[in-house]
Amino acid sequence: MDSTTFSLFQIDIVTIFQHLINGLTLGGIYALIALGYTMVYGILKFINFAHGEILMVGTYFSLFLFNTLITGGKTGAVLFILFILALLFGMAISALLGVVIEIIAYKPLRKASRLAPLLSAIGVSIILSNSAAYFFGTRSRKFTYPLDNKPFNFFGLSITPVQLLTIFVCFFLMLGLKYFVDKTRIGRAMRASSENQNVASLMGVNVNKIISITFAIGSALAVTAGVLYALEYKVSPTMGTMTGLKAFIAAVVGGVGNISGAMLGGILLGILETFGTAVLGIPVGYKDTIAFGVLILILLLKPDGILGKNIKEKV
Amino acid sequence: MSLLYTKSLRKTFGGVVAVNDVDFSVQENSITGLIGPNGAGKTTLFNIITGLDSPTSGDLFYKGKSILNTKPHTIARIGIARTFQNIRLFKEMTVLENVMIGRHFKGAHPYFSKNSYYNAFLGLIFQKKEELDIYQNAMKWLSFFNMAGVKSELAKNLPYGKQRELEIARSLATEPDILFLDEPAAGMNPSETEALMQTIQKIRTLGVTVVLIEHDMKLVMNICEHITVLNYGRKIAEGTPSHIQGNPEVIEAYLGKDDE
Amino acid sequence: MLNLLLLVMILLGLYIILSLSLNLIAGYTGLLSLCHAAFYGIGAYTTAILSVHTGLSFWLLLPISGLVAAVSGVLIGLPTLRLKGDYLAIATLGFAEIVRNVLTNWDSLTGGPRGISGIKPPVLFGYTLDPLKKVNYLILVWFFVAITFFVLKRIMESRFGRALEAIREDEIAASSMGINTTKYKVVSFSIGAFFAGIAGSIFAVFIPVVVPGGFDFMLSVTILCMVVLGGMGNHIGALIGASIIYIASMLPQILGFSSIISPQFNQIIFGLILVIMMIYKPDGIVGRKKPDFEKLIGASLKKEVSR
Repeated sequence: MDSTTFSLFQIDIVTIFQHLINGLTLGGIYALIALGYTMVYGILKFINFAHGEILMVGTYFSLFLFNTLITGGKTGAVLFILFILALLFGMAISALLGVVIEIIAYKPLRKASRLAPLLSAIGVSIILSNSAAYFFGTRSRKFTYPLDNKPFNFFGLSITPVQLLTIFVCFFLMLGLKYFVDKTRIGRAMRASSENQNVASLMGVNVNKIISITFAIGSALAVTAGVLYALEYKVSPTMGTMTGLKAFIAAVVGGVGNISGAMLGGILLGILETFGTAVLGIPVGYKDTIAFGVLILILLLKPDGILGKNIKEKV
Repeated sequence: MSLLYTKSLRKTFGGVVAVNDVDFSVQENSITGLIGPNGAGKTTLFNIITGLDSPTSGDLFYKGKSILNTKPHTIARIGIARTFQNIRLFKEMTVLENVMIGRHFKGAHPYFSKNSYYNAFLGLIFQKKEELDIYQNAMKWLSFFNMAGVKSELAKNLPYGKQRELEIARSLATEPDILFLDEPAAGMNPSETEALMQTIQKIRTLGVTVVLIEHDMKLVMNICEHITVLNYGRKIAEGTPSHIQGNPEVIEAYLGKDDE
Repeated sequence: MLNLLLLVMILLGLYIILSLSLNLIAGYTGLLSLCHAAFYGIGAYTTAILSVHTGLSFWLLLPISGLVAAVSGVLIGLPTLRLKGDYLAIATLGFAEIVRNVLTNWDSLTGGPRGISGIKPPVLFGYTLDPLKKVNYLILVWFFVAITFFVLKRIMESRFGRALEAIREDEIAASSMGINTTKYKVVSFSIGAFFAGIAGSIFAVFIPVVVPGGFDFMLSVTILCMVVLGGMGNHIGALIGASIIYIASMLPQILGFSSIISPQFNQIIFGLILVIMMIYKPDGIVGRKKPDFEKLIGASLKKEVSR
């Protein structure tokens, strides 16, 4: 037997690593979006269905600023710096949007039944995606590459600079967030609020402020993911829906409310999707079935996710 | 012979032993008290007996047969009923409906009543007769608790003490042989507690064995014939009220605790 | 114009069947399901596929479609119904997406995105219900609206229905009242799925081509909103909710404004209503109806007393 070939699928090891890189890129994007879901669920115990749409709106704003800035043709380092600027702009816009949405559509519902915020979030997501379609048009657009995207060869692997950028940015932000939540005062307040809001506020934590910060961070991370995603794919009013759903699945797979879980879930889902279609030979059309199948399977086998805690209802 | 007994029942949550090899028994037609400081494992023991929780090891016998790992709805059907420490009424439903649900598996027709949806679809003739039967029985229990007048109120709108009573009425509607009351007097004022004591004794005269968890020592010492004391999951004493009151280990368990 | 009104009334009838049946699942039993559109789609595709391949009569395909949807309800319900609240919502959403994904991609069976056409119209006493003569379908649909309404009403006025409501209120307490909660939840889920399948079957014989696009997440959400707007746990509520939301969404077309108002604008309004409603009137237009047992069993009660 050829040492570089797996007997099962007759695929050589280089191809496996190639898919792994591709899966990691996609997975990093899922993970960044999943963080927003998981942080919000941790504190407010509800699924922010509008998260994907916030991502979409922020990405549009990034795109618009970027396109305006690069008119006349920019190259090299200038182009890349303008891209970062546009990205930061999109992050700021969506952070603001996330905070405003929370205050208008979710905050009045904190004491309501669990159905109310869920439906309110669905309402917000309908408003955002249709507003985008109305104002920006349904035509999908593409980012100009902010850097020379010629793939380079790395031990036989073909890696594009955009992939490298995506993986780098995702991991940098994830580690940054982990540090922020684990080691800073605000991070500690966030953890306290997700354990018990009432007690946290008795201890002097301004829970409303913490919730706003959570929404701001979650939305900003999602836009980063959205822009990176748009570099490879497209910007459209519906881009947030399916990506958002998949990211939510990632959050559930890792264990909703658990930040490391969201990262793990995102990366696992990205790799599974890539391998499912590329290695196991599942037709590309059924890509979504893989993700949702994984979701249902996880919910059945370990409903609290891979890293989730098992919390039983007190009788 | 005991109506219900456990054999070195054990339950651990992670590293914590909530119920530690407990032998607990209930004599037929008695009023048995289960007492102990908070966190002694009393509710956990109730939960295991009523099928809401499964023990780590040990066995559980009812009418001479093991009922280990029986589902809660089957437990109810073989004559074991309970109330809950944090009242669990069907809040958005009326008082009458709450008690009628207690009659759920006591349908009038031997075949069609076994599966209630046959009746909803097919049992046109039996439907009314069955509903009438359930209604009348539920009303009987409401009258028992002097609650017939509030039958159309939503359960959540009742005062606290009445909610506790409604929960007992609902359990009695299942016609249990044994009734487990989890802190029935919690949140009641002295006169309500007094009335509750009489009610519990009245329930026993109906032929129902009563087991209760209670922190109100006056109530426990007055109406229980037999008391079991748990502390840190272990049975530290059992016997008659006077026996328990003089037990040094029990006194020790309660000492240091403020007004238990 | 008349044609448009007929069309609106026919589709409204289907929406009412869908919201009535989801009301059983979500409103009465308290199971937050986001896959009702999938059951509707399963019903429609069962009729479409069997009609084209076997040529069976609609009157046979109708119950078959309902049953296929009900069986899918059991299959998805058995494993997922032990999940609670949001988790159940997400699991059912996942199931719905898988169904849509399969309908779109299984070209050889479902015709993929192009869908299935050439479904035989129903024949009644030798008279073919021509899809172009909409009055026929108006009667057909509303006949089934009536059946659905009365069957579901009857279920909810029975011991079984009361048990479902108990499960919604408190599952643990319900189980300690002798109710087999798992079984009842699955049965409730599959009855709801059955009627959604029936609606799908009627939809399939009425429209020229069955395509996967319509049976999506948005439809499930819309049906859920109908139930919530009208009032969870009230049949009349589901009826009112469906009527308001569907007619409101069709108003621009009925009034002839559709060329001026873009469909997105319509959706934005829908989203706004949803948010505002959740904030100010989360219990819907009509709340839960308290059953009047004296009236329901009145006759037998009197007889009993006089005896």
